[in-house]
Amino acid sequence: MQPARRDRHCAPPSAGAVKRLVSGLLAAVVAAGVAAAQDRPIAFIKADLVPISGPPIAGGTLVVAGGTIAAVGPAATTPIPPGAETIDCTGRVVIPGLVDTHSHVGGGWGGDASGPIQPDVRILDSINVRDSGFRKARAGGLTTLNIMPGSGHLLSGQTIYAKLRKASTIDDFAIRDAAGKPLGGMKMANGTNSQKDPPFPGTRSKSAALVRQKFLKAQDYRRKLTEAKGDAAKLPDRDLEMEGLLDVLDGRIVVHHHCHRADDIMTVLRLREEFGFKVVLHRVSEAWKVAEQLAKAKAPCSVIVVDAPGGKIEAMDLSLATGAVLEKAGAPVAIHTDDPVTDSRLFLRAAGLAVRAGMSREKALEALTLAGAKMLELDARIGSLDVGKDADLVVLSGDPLAVRTKVLQTWVEGAKVFDREDPDDRLFAVGGYGAGRDQKAHGCCTDNRLSETK
Amino acid sequence: MRTRRAFRWFALLAGAVAAAPMTAAEPPPLLAIYGDVVHTMAGPPLEKGVVLIEAGKIKLVGSALDIPVPPAARVVRGRVVTPGLIDAHTAVGLTGYLNQDQDQDQLDKGEPIQPELRALDSYNPRERLVEWVRGFGITTLHTGHAPGALVSGQTMVVKTVGETVGDAVVVPAAMVAVTLGDDARPGDEKKSPGTRSKAVAMLRGEFVKTQDYLRKLDLADPEKRPDRDLRREIFADVLRGRLPLLVTVNRATDIDAALRIAKEFGIRIVLDSAAEAYLAADRIKEAGVPVIVHPSMRRGGNGETENISFETPATLRAKGIPVALQSGFEGYVPKTRVALFEAAVAAANGLTTEQALATITSDAAAILGLADRVGALRPGMDGDVAVFDGDPFEYTSHCTAVVIDGRVVSEEPR
Repeated sequence: MQPARRDRHCAPPSAGAVKRLVSGLLAAVVAAGVAAAQDRPIAFIKADLVPISGPPIAGGTLVVAGGTIAAVGPAATTPIPPGAETIDCTGRVVIPGLVDTHSHVGGGWGGDASGPIQPDVRILDSINVRDSGFRKARAGGLTTLNIMPGSGHLLSGQTIYAKLRKASTIDDFAIRDAAGKPLGGMKMANGTNSQKDPPFPGTRSKSAALVRQKFLKAQDYRRKLTEAKGDAAKLPDRDLEMEGLLDVLDGRIVVHHHCHRADDIMTVLRLREEFGFKVVLHRVSEAWKVAEQLAKAKAPCSVIVVDAPGGKIEAMDLSLATGAVLEKAGAPVAIHTDDPVTDSRLFLRAAGLAVRAGMSREKALEALTLAGAKMLELDARIGSLDVGKDADLVVLSGDPLAVRTKVLQTWVEGAKVFDREDPDDRLFAVGGYGAGRDQKAHGCCTDNRLSETK
Repeated sequence: MRTRRAFRWFALLAGAVAAAPMTAAEPPPLLAIYGDVVHTMAGPPLEKGVVLIEAGKIKLVGSALDIPVPPAARVVRGRVVTPGLIDAHTAVGLTGYLNQDQDQDQLDKGEPIQPELRALDSYNPRERLVEWVRGFGITTLHTGHAPGALVSGQTMVVKTVGETVGDAVVVPAAMVAVTLGDDARPGDEKKSPGTRSKAVAMLRGEFVKTQDYLRKLDLADPEKRPDRDLRREIFADVLRGRLPLLVTVNRATDIDAALRIAKEFGIRIVLDSAAEAYLAADRIKEAGVPVIVHPSMRRGGNGETENISFETPATLRAKGIPVALQSGFEGYVPKTRVALFEAAVAAANGLTTEQALATITSDAAAILGLADRVGALRPGMDGDVAVFDGDPFEYTSHCTAVVIDGRVVSEEPR
């Protein structure tokens, strides 16, 4: 237990404070959303590397340069670049940064009570990047989150794929495409969560009908766009809802669909068939009942692992073995936190419990990394320790699935974003007084001003 | 053992313990349980040990080389053997896993103070979550009325077996559940308690009233003695030291309020959840009060648990405060946590394996006043045993057998 947290603004400047100041300055000068690429290569040496994309490498070397992985392999065949900073990882295990396909950290909200389908709403407009949950997520080894609005709507809005860089604004978290657009998906849900009084649906059939009608409308909108052939006189007015749905229908973004019951899962696949959108199935409490169908449909499943079934009728047949059954059937499986339903700091635990119920260790670790990256369509950049990928990695004290193993460091794009040896970071790793508080502003000017008010 | 002394208070409770549950006419068979490691919790772990159970009670515990096992004995083998695990506080059996109105009996918010509500009138031994936690080695539950009202009702101790509550019950009335802090508010602004101070005033008022009731009970003239009153009778048992209060609190402010009440009326309390107990550890230690620490993933909710620490069990234990762990109460998915997993988090955050095991075996038993019955493997204790295929705290291990009162109740690896 740490004593009550010392307010760093009232304390003599520590090495950490200086470091924060420097990183704050860097963040201020570097263009938004672009990581401060380290100018000196870093070599993690004598590390037990778990690349996920290939077999583990005992005592291997991983070189990071310019925020990406420059080399990875056995010590004998992986030279350390001259001038590189070396980090001795003897006895430590290095895995890719964990990818959480389903998180609610950051206090963001999507759609409101005005209607069941709100594709115009973006969660990026409501996230507090200083939320203490992000610090806890880094402490759990998470580096990429799909931050989503809730499941109380048929369609609750656009999600954002966030990198847990040190951040001052949501722009610093954004993962962008070549054109600079922040990447994300679309959150949908069926089953009981999104059923309530009108204008929300009251039954499952009504839920599906409302969604289908809305997608038909979007198809019409697309037809009008196409027929206008760029003629300004014929173009329909811009419509944010329709534009959001067209991103879905045209396959530019992936639908992340909450569904528990086996019949709800099949309903999503039926809608996918009808409208041709890309979808990841989330939660999937009863996926074990339709595993063959899911495998045949090559339907990506993102599973939650919780301590017990129940809590609502849809989760009555929830099983710890869902991951194992899907793996055996050959369906793609990721695991998510649904933080705050499970704590990001115990994300590795979810894989451990999945293995307990029969999943292979390899697939369970992949479910926390590469499988999730694929479901977010970010696997070219993250999810494994491969040359060219972002240098997102976690240094562990031992076996990733062992209960006593600690996340020692978390790195995003070559920058250390969590260090258990830093008392300030440690507070968020284990909890204690102040660990529920959101991070104070940091950066050159705010730090100085707060210090002066001492 | 230092902590034992603090437990002596609670040994008083043992007098109120019911007879061992007997669910069948046939006496349980002779059972020999072998383990590569046997955590007896009554001494250091045994290598290559055996636990011999006869007629539902432990007969012998020792080295497999020294103890002759009769050929007629049924044999169970495993890598690691522990006492049957104890969940020191839950609402399982009262809060059903479907979470629908008809299976939620852990809380009546009709009135803020209802100590007369008995847990045994709501406990459902067939509830799926009873079987669920048993599969992970949990053989004893301290369950009953949940936090959420100033005085929500009584708790009880059961074994995770039986067709009826009568089969399962170990202690019919174990503690009286009290909540202080934000969760004690009824949610209706016009109803009391609306503030922390009001809640404490109401609770003190009840004890003052009960002191008067006790005084009148002793009056020479039978005509002047009060009528029977279920509420007063339970509070009277609290004042007499027969029933402790289980006080669910999180903020240090509320922990101190609980200690203040205990001191004023000379009553026994057990602190429950206690998110900020690390801020009040010296006072808790001085008051000789045990703590049943919250689950590690307790959700933030109203913010009172925002400062929970994975290291609280270790911090309190280092102070010499008796500590147990619990699954707690969950209002949503998942509908319960598993005490075994909670102890695993404690084992990863400052407690040794033996210390973490104690939070769900011997120390939990002592806090519940059942140290001479469950929570350790030694002759004369109930034949409650959990068997694992590896370190019980590893997520990837399995509980391979569960034995209650000498009967194997589960062999499905979980």
